[in-house]
Amino acid sequence: MNDIKKTTEQLAFMSGAVTSRCMGCGKCTASCPAFDRMEYHPHQFVYMVETGRIDKLLASKSAFSCLTCFACVERCPRMVEPARLIEAVRLAVERQQGGNRLLPDDVPCVIDDDMPQQAVVAALRKFTK
Amino acid sequence: MKYDYYPGCTLKTKAKELDRCLRASAEALGIQLEELPEWQCCGGVYTTARDEIATKLSAVRALSAARDSTGTLVTVCAGCHNVLKRVNDDVKNDDYFNQRVNNYLLPEKPYLGETRVVHFLELLRDEVGFDEIKKRVVNPIGKKIAPYYGCLLLRPSSVMAFDDPENPTVLEKFVECIGGTPVVSPMRNECCGAYTTVSDPSAAAEYSGKIVDSCVKNGANLIITACPLCQYNLVKRDGRLPVVYFTELLAEALGVKE
Ligand code: SF4
Ligand code: SF4
Repeated sequence: MNDIKKTTEQLAFMSGAVTSRCMGCGKCTASCPAFDRMEYHPHQFVYMVETGRIDKLLASKSAFSCLTCFACVERCPRMVEPARLIEAVRLAVERQQGGNRLLPDDVPCVIDDDMPQQAVVAALRKFTK
Repeated sequence: MKYDYYPGCTLKTKAKELDRCLRASAEALGIQLEELPEWQCCGGVYTTARDEIATKLSAVRALSAARDSTGTLVTVCAGCHNVLKRVNDDVKNDDYFNQRVNNYLLPEKPYLGETRVVHFLELLRDEVGFDEIKKRVVNPIGKKIAPYYGCLLLRPSSVMAFDDPENPTVLEKFVECIGGTPVVSPMRNECCGAYTTVSDPSAAAEYSGKIVDSCVKNGANLIITACPLCQYNLVKRDGRLPVVYFTELLAEALGVKE
């Protein structure tokens, strides 16, 4: 239980997101292009962090579907910043041993001749620690 | 008008036209751009976590070099622009970040976010003026052009302050000034799938498909963008319409493309 509390505090610091402001309107999820690929939707991230149920979030692949497009941040009427929370969850997973999602050795298999450097660098930044 | 210029890695390789046409157009318009010496990759994408310091250092180096030069850093890649502008905002407004960065880099004079980060489109709109550009057009581009903004230029609007995040107009005005007809798509500020094109191409195909669909339905013959990754996703993961950089059309309209 203590671990959960500590990780929840860490998520709050990393993200700066104030989950207690959320009024559960779901506008973040309605704005999210990736919501259908997520087991837990953006508003659920907020609720689950607020209520301390982060074990499920850390075990889920949902955070890896986020595009960091910031639509949820822009459109949230309560300035909760769900994308920052999702990024914090993703980093908390990646910072554990074996938590990386994309390894440099995998890159040659997934690129093609036209893929911009920006895509590869960004994917490595988002999926590897 | 003299400014520092940050091209970024992709403009040296896969997006050479974005860079080459920007330089040719800037010269034609009397804008002097000096490439920052010894710039490094901005990091490709901004990491929102406050305790991520190392991934943002190269951006701070570029910003502080520009402070010591002209004081204005011009970008054109939407990715670099987003990273540089947001890191600059962190240095300015987050003491925790500011202290760690300056302790690590130990610059002669601490960097406090003094540099102005300006996207080339903002420069055209606010400092050159679209009316002025219009006077210089020798080859009007008579096409139906759908501007695609994507995410990075607009969001978060509290930091980017680029345009209205839900109803942007700068690219539409740009299209008008080079003689084109803007085709406004309601999907113009939705995400193309970004870097998930590496980890999950089917996701990027779905998001890009919806965007191109909307441009096709609204009668566009062409899409314009400022982002090499958007360009890649819209062409490679969909491909029904040609997608070019806005600087390519500008150079063509000004008669300096070749
Ligand atoms: S930033 Fe992530 S969670 Fe928020 S709308 Fe975009 S894809 Fe969805
Ligand atoms: S949009 Fe904001 S207030 Fe509404 S559910 Fe999402 S986080 Fe909560």
